[in-house]
Amino acid sequence: MSSTTNYILGVYDDEDEVLHAVTAVKAQGIKIEDVFTPFPIHGLDVAVGHARTRLPIAAFMFGTLGMICALSLISYTMVFDWPMIIGGKDFFALPNWIPVTFEGTVLFTAFGLVTTFCASNNLYPGNKVEPLDLRITDDKFVMAINVDKNKVSAADIKKALKDSGAIEVNTK
Amino acid sequence: MAGHSHFSPANVEEHFEFSAEGKKRIIYAFIAGLAALALGIYLLSKGEAGGHEVANAGHDAVKAGHEAAGEHLSGGAVSHQAGAEEHYDWTNRIWANVWLNAVFFTGIAVVGMFFVSLQYLTKSGWSAVMKRVPEAFPKFLYISLPILAAVFFFKGDVIFHWMHHGVTEVGSENYDKIIAGKSGYLNKNFFLIRLVGFGALWIILWNMLRKKSLEEDLVGGSDLFTQMVKIGTAFIVVFGASSSIFAWDWVMSIDTHWFSTMFGWYMFASWHVTTYAVIVLAILYLKDKGLMGYVNENHLHDLGKFMFAFSIFWSYVWFEQFLLIYYANLPEETIYFLERWEGHNKIYKTSEILMVILNFLLPFLVLMTRDAKRTRIFLKIAAFLIIAGHYIDFYQMIMPGVLGKHGGYGLVEFGMVTVFASAFIYVISDELTKASLVAKNHPFLPEALHHDI
Repeated sequence: MSSTTNYILGVYDDEDEVLHAVTAVKAQGIKIEDVFTPFPIHGLDVAVGHARTRLPIAAFMFGTLGMICALSLISYTMVFDWPMIIGGKDFFALPNWIPVTFEGTVLFTAFGLVTTFCASNNLYPGNKVEPLDLRITDDKFVMAINVDKNKVSAADIKKALKDSGAIEVNTK
Repeated sequence: MAGHSHFSPANVEEHFEFSAEGKKRIIYAFIAGLAALALGIYLLSKGEAGGHEVANAGHDAVKAGHEAAGEHLSGGAVSHQAGAEEHYDWTNRIWANVWLNAVFFTGIAVVGMFFVSLQYLTKSGWSAVMKRVPEAFPKFLYISLPILAAVFFFKGDVIFHWMHHGVTEVGSENYDKIIAGKSGYLNKNFFLIRLVGFGALWIILWNMLRKKSLEEDLVGGSDLFTQMVKIGTAFIVVFGASSSIFAWDWVMSIDTHWFSTMFGWYMFASWHVTTYAVIVLAILYLKDKGLMGYVNENHLHDLGKFMFAFSIFWSYVWFEQFLLIYYANLPEETIYFLERWEGHNKIYKTSEILMVILNFLLPFLVLMTRDAKRTRIFLKIAAFLIIAGHYIDFYQMIMPGVLGKHGGYGLVEFGMVTVFASAFIYVISDELTKASLVAKNHPFLPEALHHDI
């Protein structure tokens, strides 16, 4: 996180509380940047209002690309570049190619998705990420609010977090 | 959203009312099906009566040619075709249709039991809200299994090549060495023992499960649940063996010379995905009537995933069976696909192509996105496609072997499927009225009501 950003962090110690707090804080017109939890909480993404991930679309595209690549490679090698008769079949023996095409589709989808996921989350070797609060990897739930992106004043945000049950409110 | 459902086990009990009007509509459909069937049979008898002489003359010619050729063609396909010719009678098409529909609907009925058993065996929570729907399906076994047994007993020689007169008798003009070698398994008595034995086991286990399930509504507690887990487990073991055995018996043995080690899986996959489609349609119908409000889009999403996944599974099995045969290219195996692709004046080619589109391509594309699996209209479209596609799939498995070039889609086919479908709907609707639509004391019901994915 860049040091110029101005965050207010509400720390909670119960997953139900943080789930209800999200609704309460949002009701006051405060925009929540993100909520960090040690484990997934059902319904939290909907409550925070995150847009649905677009990874499935990427998956479909990678899959299609993999299918095209596999079919192109096989048809180039087996039909055009060096035609081969295998088992007395036509050069263009599509049924024979389906297993490999399937594998190509899956391979491209898997590698493509992992790469996309890491890239979109800034996960790459050597990247040091400093957690907003180390305790989110242990037993605390942290709601992060970016003051610069909110019209509500910092004091009001802090008050809203306290009212919604935060055990402490920090800035970072 | 988690924790925000306004349903709780205390307020979900509700009953499906099989209204007089609903009954009337299904009975009308049944009568319409019967009428179409009767008309179809009438036309069939007319149509075939005219061509009968020609067929006989051709038959004599074939026979003469056969003798001239010195019976050297007694290998797989040719003798089979000649055999089918010899035994063909216009009523065969009726019995073939009865058999096709009885097999198809038996599958839907028994996979309902399989689904419920699987939920108990895996101790699944999410399905507790909807398990009463598939739980009602096996009631139809009371109708379809006797039909199967009766058709086999009285008209088995129409359906099965191995029951033709004299195929296993040394010295008979119909003697077939390959079939005679299989007669230790494929004979009338053993076939009936398997049909009646496993069929009875299915019905007994379903009755046990159903009884406990209804008792749970009154008593509650987790004892009954544990007992149902045991019954479900027993059923899975029985079904694991019997689904494969019945696939060989009821369908694969029609093409007696041919065999495929994947056939059990293939037919099970077809039954399985059809049943999911029927479950989805039944639930959506009940929801459209204002019932089952506690079945939300998360449950539908799971059912949609099942339909999607098992469509792919069916495609995988179907294609894998095709691929192995295509690749190995052994004449006794390729005959199966040749018959469906270019045999019998190519009458089965269109449905073979249509089937793959309906069962693989369209469900794959329609159900791919998350939103589609959570939207009722897409689920309905996909379910209808899957049911139609797998009906054609069974048609393709059964008809070419039984009817050969005499097959087709006519009033007999449409009438027969309407009769069976309306009978199925009637029986299932009636069974659904006998219990609360939700198992209100199911130990996992609270979890299911808060299902969130």
